[in-house]
Amino acid sequence: MLSLLLDQYNYAVVIILMMTGLYVVFASRNLIKKLVGLSIFQTSVFLLYITIGKVSGGQPPIVESHGSDHANSETLLFASIGEVDSVAQSSSEVLYSNPLPHVLILTAIVVGVATLAIGLSLVVRVREVYGTIEEDKIEEYDRIYYKEILERQ
Amino acid sequence: MSFMPLFPQWIFEQGPAFLIVLPLLMGAIIAILPNRSMAWWFTFFVTLICTYTAFGLFQHIYFDSFLLYTMGGWAPPHGISLIVDGLSAPILLLISVMAMLTVIYALPASISEIEPKKRGPFYAAFLICFAGLMGMVITGDAFNVFVFLEVSSISTYALVAMGAARDRRSLAAAYNYLIMGSIGATFFVIGLGFLFMETGTLNMAEMSAILSDLDGGTRVSKVGYGFIVVGLGLKIAMFPLHTWLPRAYAYAPTKITIFLASTATKAAIYLLLRFTFTVFDPSFDYISIMLKYLIVGAAVVGMVFASFQAIFQSDVRRVLAYSSVAQVGYILLGIGIATSSGLAAGYLHLLNHAIIKGCLFISVGAFWYRFGITRVDDFSGLFKTMPLTMGAFTLGGLSLIGVPFTAGFVSKVKLILAAAEQEMWWAVLVIVFSSVLAIVYIGRIIMAAYFGSPPKINGSTFTKNEAPFMMLFPMWALGLMSIAIGLNAFGIGDTFVSASEIAASVLLGGRG
Repeated sequence: MLSLLLDQYNYAVVIILMMTGLYVVFASRNLIKKLVGLSIFQTSVFLLYITIGKVSGGQPPIVESHGSDHANSETLLFASIGEVDSVAQSSSEVLYSNPLPHVLILTAIVVGVATLAIGLSLVVRVREVYGTIEEDKIEEYDRIYYKEILERQ
Repeated sequence: MSFMPLFPQWIFEQGPAFLIVLPLLMGAIIAILPNRSMAWWFTFFVTLICTYTAFGLFQHIYFDSFLLYTMGGWAPPHGISLIVDGLSAPILLLISVMAMLTVIYALPASISEIEPKKRGPFYAAFLICFAGLMGMVITGDAFNVFVFLEVSSISTYALVAMGAARDRRSLAAAYNYLIMGSIGATFFVIGLGFLFMETGTLNMAEMSAILSDLDGGTRVSKVGYGFIVVGLGLKIAMFPLHTWLPRAYAYAPTKITIFLASTATKAAIYLLLRFTFTVFDPSFDYISIMLKYLIVGAAVVGMVFASFQAIFQSDVRRVLAYSSVAQVGYILLGIGIATSSGLAAGYLHLLNHAIIKGCLFISVGAFWYRFGITRVDDFSGLFKTMPLTMGAFTLGGLSLIGVPFTAGFVSKVKLILAAAEQEMWWAVLVIVFSSVLAIVYIGRIIMAAYFGSPPKINGSTFTKNEAPFMMLFPMWALGLMSIAIGLNAFGIGDTFVSASEIAASVLLGGRG
């Protein structure tokens, strides 16, 4: 059990981060703390994807020797996937890690930053309007405010 | 009848990419445009052109075959493909028509809702949201779905928060939506990660082929499906995950409520269909269990519970928002039955509900525009002051209840027949019961409007104060549309029914 955990500690870290993030989002009533939790939650997904991309014993996916293999790498670029496999196997027998998840996660990081940015700017607006960033207080102020409006009518 | 000759050939060749690229590009241009008053015209023409293109593509699907567009000429599974088939084409058309009608409505509504200097960015965000929704529906690449989902969601958060000029509660609503929406999207992307782990590809068609080779795959794909359903469930506002929806709909600017209510949840339901039936297969045992117990269960509880909540709301927009959650239940029930008649009924109700809710929210927006009212008590005597608007609201309301000769009746009857076919008599009862609840919450508003007396201002009697034409046009277009579906005028009803049957056959592995 322990050895399994040690072998795949990446997944353990992913799960811990994910649960921490979700817990912070749901448990805290402070708007900024919720965003912190959301960021932790999203970060765990980045780690999950990068872990998926790792092939055990795989090299970084960079074609190393340039001179003689140049033609070869060009074939790699323009070949269909079946041919790539055969070219790669015949030429060097090097096992590469999968680079695709890294690219995907670059996109996901950008999305995460955008979400965080808009979340923070919403918090700034909330602070301007209500003067607080505690959810309980915001709800209380709203209750009082709109009750007064109704009574005035 | 076919309108195919009306469309140039390039629409069928480049149309799919055009639908995403045009609004995205114009969104960026409008954001930096110095002349703010041009923003509305640009947005209107973009949505008009997109509607034309989507209609052309719909015609192509209906009379010819499905379209596969390869981005940049890179063939799938390596390149990103765009798919227009019997499932996505009607939704593309729906989103672009609703966007166009929303933009028409937005011109008068903006005067009272958005500060002049914010109108340019408002339309820019609207177009980006529109592009994101179109992208979600049209793409054939699973990770691309996530990107477009976030493009549309992030701009939606900003748009909902723009209601703050009128009602400060929209800030908290937008924040809440942001947290829930981001968690949903992240769940979705975790699910995609598991699917990628299992299949090693992101192309939906390729995924589907590999998964059926593996006969449903291992635990990894089961967990992946679970994450995808929860993630999309948050976006759909599936019953226990719907808490963000009433607040977001009630406090957003009215035009955003119209657009969201009729398109955003629908695009997410489309994704649920796409993943459940084409990427996965309902013949896998874990999918059929999920459909039979989780989706149907959430649908049925949501239909009753949300309808009850709708009855006890004092704000009309919240009544309609809870009713949206209930109507999502009808659609999910059709999906959960998972026979070809059930899927067709669910899909038809999806289209009909978008039209009905669009009509209702536009009329509520018009009431707000004229009198600044949204509470049920304030609707007293509105029929005497705004007869045309109230007429459109009545058409929409009757259709929502499912009175004969309306769109709601057609799809509800089909849903009841589909449930009866499977001998799910309790589901038939729930559908009827939920419709009775709809009579109560819509009836309450209509009774007040028709039989109440309008308030006297300064002792003088009321005057007629109709909504401007730019608001009357979209609401009556949608209201008459729902009647046309119900009466099958000009064959519109048959077109909708056969579009939903084609979609069901695509889902169950027919063409496409």
